[in-house]
Amino acid sequence: MADVALVVAVLALASVLGAAWRARNGRFRPADVARPADPAGPAVGGPGTPAVDVLGAADVGAPLGDRATFVQLSSEVCAACRSTRVALAGVAADEPGVVHVELDVAEHLDLVRRLGVMRTPTTLVLGPRGRIVGRMSGATDRRQALAALESCPAPESCPGAAAA
Amino acid sequence: MTALRPPGPPAGGIDPRGPRVGAGINAVLLVVVLLLGGGAPATAVLAVVAAGFALGAVRGVPGTWQAWVFGRVVRPRLAPPTDLEDPRPPRFAQVVGLVITGLGVVLGLLGLAWAVPAAAAVALAAAFLNAAFGLCLGCEMYLLGLRLRTRSA
Repeated sequence: MADVALVVAVLALASVLGAAWRARNGRFRPADVARPADPAGPAVGGPGTPAVDVLGAADVGAPLGDRATFVQLSSEVCAACRSTRVALAGVAADEPGVVHVELDVAEHLDLVRRLGVMRTPTTLVLGPRGRIVGRMSGATDRRQALAALESCPAPESCPGAAAA
Repeated sequence: MTALRPPGPPAGGIDPRGPRVGAGINAVLLVVVLLLGGGAPATAVLAVVAAGFALGAVRGVPGTWQAWVFGRVVRPRLAPPTDLEDPRPPRFAQVVGLVITGLGVVLGLLGLAWAVPAAAAVALAAAFLNAAFGLCLGCEMYLLGLRLRTRSA
């Protein structure tokens, strides 16, 4: 009977984990706007705290979008990176001023560490001046990408646009 | 516009339902391992699962016997896949599965009886998450592993 209990316990625990994972995938999480940016440059952050608030064209290797930029961090062992790429590239093609950039984490480990990225895909959402307004991790679909853009409906209303 | 596409399109894409069906078969076998409790029969069934992972690690998921079952029994009854999957993530998952179940078999043969059900329980959780949710646990942990490796280097 102990064996049956172990099987049931393992499957129950896995189901809870799986449901939590599925609910979190692709959900837009705004950056902590209460934490002030360090004007002198990258701050030293703890694990999980983004240590930079602004990314430039040099960081992502491409010109930023006038309205928003999706910086998708991908890896070769990532089943959800492809579907996320298709969704984000589609939104970038349809929405003026929106750019999608995909980076390989193995080639951008410094960025991964500075931003506390733990899994692939993680998509950083940048405002018009490169300010990180939030992020999505896990498989992200078109609806979720459009919802993330709602935090940036027009350049002047994006967080950080007025300050810079 | 999309600026860079480093990982590129999948070379030789595979039906994404194949690895999930294979994970379901493995989950059933791992339940059998746990229900056998311990001893030689449990170790033998775990060794069968480990051998499947070894095939998948070397030849990719399409080279496993579970994929053969999928191709012969399951796929003919399904509609063609709407999208193909990059074969690298599921192959990486096979390597992770091989490490876990292989360790259980080796430690079990060395006399550590608890290693067989322990490895089977961990592998069952991973296989069930893959089959039921499409969650590749090894893939989720890949970046953490990369971060740890490069930090110590």
